[in-house]
Amino acid sequence: MRVPTKQKIRPGNVLRISAAWLVTLVLFFPLGWLFLTAFKTELQAISVPPLVLFTPTLENFHEVQERSDYMQYALNSLITSVVSTLLGLAIAAPAAYSMAFFSTRRTRDILMWMLSTKMMPAVGALVPIYVLAQKSSLLDTRLGLIIIFTLSNLPIMVWMLYSHFKDIPGEILEATRMDGATLWQEFTRVLLPLSLGGFASTGLLCLVLSWNEAFWSLNLSAAKAGTLATLIASYSSPEGLFWAKLSAASLMAIAPIVVFGWFSQKQLVQGLTFGAVK
Amino acid sequence: MPQVAPGLLGSTRVKNRLIPRLLLTPAVLTLFLWMIVPLVMTLYFSVIRYNLMQPEQVGFVGLENFQYFVTDPSFWTSVTNTVLLLGSVIVITVVLGIGLALLIDEPFAGRNIVRMLLISPFFVMPTVNALLWKHMMMNPIYGVLAQVWIFFGATPVDWQTDWPLLSVIIMIAWQWLPFATLIFMTALQSLNREQLEASRMDGATYLQQVRYMYLPHLGRSVAVVIMIEMIFLISVFAEIFITTGGGPGDASTNMAFLIFKQALLNFDAGVASAGALFAVILANIAAVFLIRMVGKNLD
Repeated sequence: MRVPTKQKIRPGNVLRISAAWLVTLVLFFPLGWLFLTAFKTELQAISVPPLVLFTPTLENFHEVQERSDYMQYALNSLITSVVSTLLGLAIAAPAAYSMAFFSTRRTRDILMWMLSTKMMPAVGALVPIYVLAQKSSLLDTRLGLIIIFTLSNLPIMVWMLYSHFKDIPGEILEATRMDGATLWQEFTRVLLPLSLGGFASTGLLCLVLSWNEAFWSLNLSAAKAGTLATLIASYSSPEGLFWAKLSAASLMAIAPIVVFGWFSQKQLVQGLTFGAVK
Repeated sequence: MPQVAPGLLGSTRVKNRLIPRLLLTPAVLTLFLWMIVPLVMTLYFSVIRYNLMQPEQVGFVGLENFQYFVTDPSFWTSVTNTVLLLGSVIVITVVLGIGLALLIDEPFAGRNIVRMLLISPFFVMPTVNALLWKHMMMNPIYGVLAQVWIFFGATPVDWQTDWPLLSVIIMIAWQWLPFATLIFMTALQSLNREQLEASRMDGATYLQQVRYMYLPHLGRSVAVVIMIEMIFLISVFAEIFITTGGGPGDASTNMAFLIFKQALLNFDAGVASAGALFAVILANIAAVFLIRMVGKNLD
């Protein structure tokens, strides 16, 4: 290979950074626009050409709250996602522990099988689950959604915790056992502190997934247990173009989880790679 | 594995074999029930006459529901759409994701803000994503895209009507591109910088570096991205439900949505169940493919 006399990097860098910012702003634009529209009047929201400068108003937020009890939906979202995450962790952690530290010939198959249940289209189970929920009067209840969310996130949780536990040397736990620690002690005093990051990223991801879950909440819940995802869907009806209100409602629905996601993005992304990308 | 008194280790293993099994049981059992109960019920519903609007009509119909579902002209359209949707989103997010990750690979002023802005769409719930694009972006009169088209003197596109499947692909790719980008970015951080520097000293151009150093390093993370996207996107529902409603006709109907239409719009739980079994088969084909391709990469 011929060696060029001098490699100029700097001008290229400027170009690269500008390109990075440009692409980022383009990708973020729809959300930024949603944010702006939420503070416009309905008339400003559909003005042609679109308005960038305007006097912001909080009117939309009041109206959304009045029209549809936002707090009720937000509370449903919060409760279903938090409880299902905790429940899921409680079931997934022992399983992941068992497979990571006492692996057998079948461990791989079990893991793959678990993941394959996640690939089953939820819609395939819609009719049976609907019928079951109806028969056990779990339709449109928080408990019903919690059970569904827990089950549908379980495979991911087991996988993520498993890959985190795998990074912990089994000898440490072995030594704890030798010293006569009970299983509970081993878990709370050794495993938990060592894999706190893993628990955090698994929990965070499941929180996000449950908060944003749309299929089951759209089909199994309505006015009583409806989550924010269902509240927003109710704005999809074609009655008029209430973009400002739609934006305000959307912003209220996504803001908590987006802000939450910003603070935990590193954990989340690393968690989602199942430890396969370092 | 280090050599620690094999006998001792072995004996504790044997003694404790019961406990690990007990610990594994709840997860396996619940997941098994979660899989098998709906599956058995679906199998049962698929061979009986089961219309939610005509409860008086009952009885065994054999494979009639399956025949009905497969001969429905929408069936093959929905299979094609499912594959097209999944394939396009994966290709778009992987290609653009790698490009973006390369762009933001080296530290620069404001990189943290860029990261924050970039990841945001990933946290947006599908219903909001769908409404945002349906109304504010893709509306043929007031939408931002229409304004952009007009600005450049072009005729605005009626996305939902003329390009329904593409509209859905754009929305979903927008949501998943950040995810792919950040995974690739994370992977690039473990690239050996000294080697990179050395190759530059040896006169490698940036393109050569990309071809021979960056891209080979990303193999594993590409596998991860494909796997996760397949798991989450094989049964996209909310975006279609809210924007195009599967239409016009069945132009943007995927397998998941077709089954939904049968079950809740035509009230035919029997046919929907037959369809669900096809969806399960489709998922299994994808899973086998996935395990072949990706499974080995995750050891």
